[in-house]
Amino acid sequence: MSLIDLANPTKFLALTARVLPWLAGATAILLLIGLYQSAMAPDDYQQGATVKIMFIHVPNAWLSMFVWGIMSIASLGTLVWRHPLADVAAKAAAPIGAAFTFLALVTGSLWGRPMWGTYWEWDARLTSVLILFLMYLGLIALWRAVEDPSRAARAAAVLTLVGAINIPIIKFSVDWWNTLHQPASVIRMGGPTLDNAFLIPLLVMAIAFSLLFITLHLAAMRNEILRRRVRSLQMMQANQKAA
Amino acid sequence: MTALSALIRRDIRIALRVGGGALIGVLFFLTVTVLMPFAVGPDLALLTRLGPAILWLGALLASLLTLDRLFMADHEDGSLDLIVMSRTPLELACAAKALAHWLAAGLPLIVATPVLGLLLNLDGTATLAVALTLLAGTPALTFTGMIGAALAVTLHRGGLLLAVLVLPLSIPVLIFGVAASQAAIMGPLSFGTPFSILCALSLVSFVVGPFAAAASLRHGLD
Repeated sequence: MSLIDLANPTKFLALTARVLPWLAGATAILLLIGLYQSAMAPDDYQQGATVKIMFIHVPNAWLSMFVWGIMSIASLGTLVWRHPLADVAAKAAAPIGAAFTFLALVTGSLWGRPMWGTYWEWDARLTSVLILFLMYLGLIALWRAVEDPSRAARAAAVLTLVGAINIPIIKFSVDWWNTLHQPASVIRMGGPTLDNAFLIPLLVMAIAFSLLFITLHLAAMRNEILRRRVRSLQMMQANQKAA
Repeated sequence: MTALSALIRRDIRIALRVGGGALIGVLFFLTVTVLMPFAVGPDLALLTRLGPAILWLGALLASLLTLDRLFMADHEDGSLDLIVMSRTPLELACAAKALAHWLAAGLPLIVATPVLGLLLNLDGTATLAVALTLLAGTPALTFTGMIGAALAVTLHRGGLLLAVLVLPLSIPVLIFGVAASQAAIMGPLSFGTPFSILCALSLVSFVVGPFAAAASLRHGLD
């Protein structure tokens, strides 16, 4: 089965109906394993038990950027190949990506409270994630501002790709700005050398969260396809009544 | 080439005439700058310190204010359809329109900067630094803002949506613009590094802006 076969929404719905329960089950099992391992992980000698926020925080932060990447590929699909499911994929991914970004921000600031003594620090990473969150919200606002889904899809695709070019530039500028203004008082994570006791639960959680994203994304795509069908049925009905 | 220069001349002429609204931006810039002392207090030392940031923020908002007219007026009278259908590549036509818009709406902001610098108690070097960084940075604001203007015209939504879409994209320009001005005024960093990055941002926007705006016009208008 190729990507073109999936362009047929009915085939897509049938396939995802079979795949989704397995995905959801795998997500639940991996999440349980990951949470158990995270709870069993030793306390950090410097950060104590708060280091466990990392197991939730880091996967969310990874996914916040990964989802924009998925949306960029889907936007290419919309603009270049006119794949009929591409804009469904992009539209369904945006709120999930915004939710992951929001969770990354919340867990980051909860982690910052015991570590830095404040909920919000204009730290380079937190700041660029906040800007990413704003861009997600702008994209969702764009989807919601237009009634015609295909018109909104093309506009959102252009904006997503422009965002994909700009996000690294913004990240770089915020890092630069931060080194200029920020005194070097921030306690950083143990650097790139992470002990296996932390690394393994983190990787399990990352895979679990990625599976969670795929599950939620496929379910949201199904909902979006059904929503569009309901919309066109309603329009047909309204036309018949008018005629 | 003649088609493009004709387009630029036409846009500037329309912008400067009655109803064009190019100079509204300068008036807005002046008003924002005058409002600032009421918010932070008439403390001249504080205003000197905040001066470059105030001027940059004012210029950013002023250039955003006039942006949604960039394609909207042409869309209303139908000439945008002619531009899209003409033999001139749409990317070049978009670049020409953005250049005209910058000449009519962006350049006056830079000319007004020395006067506003006086109000904020900036000395000669500081004013010169801010004007120079605005000269290097405002083209980037116009060319990235053009993407938002093109999206807004295809969606028949201007105003607030445009601001929400464009403002996050302008963060790098703001960072390096203010950093370069601050570096020129009090150091310790050199003026050259942030200033060259600012120029680089403008050059990148010259490439990305017209292509993205043309793509959204081509896909969006029907």
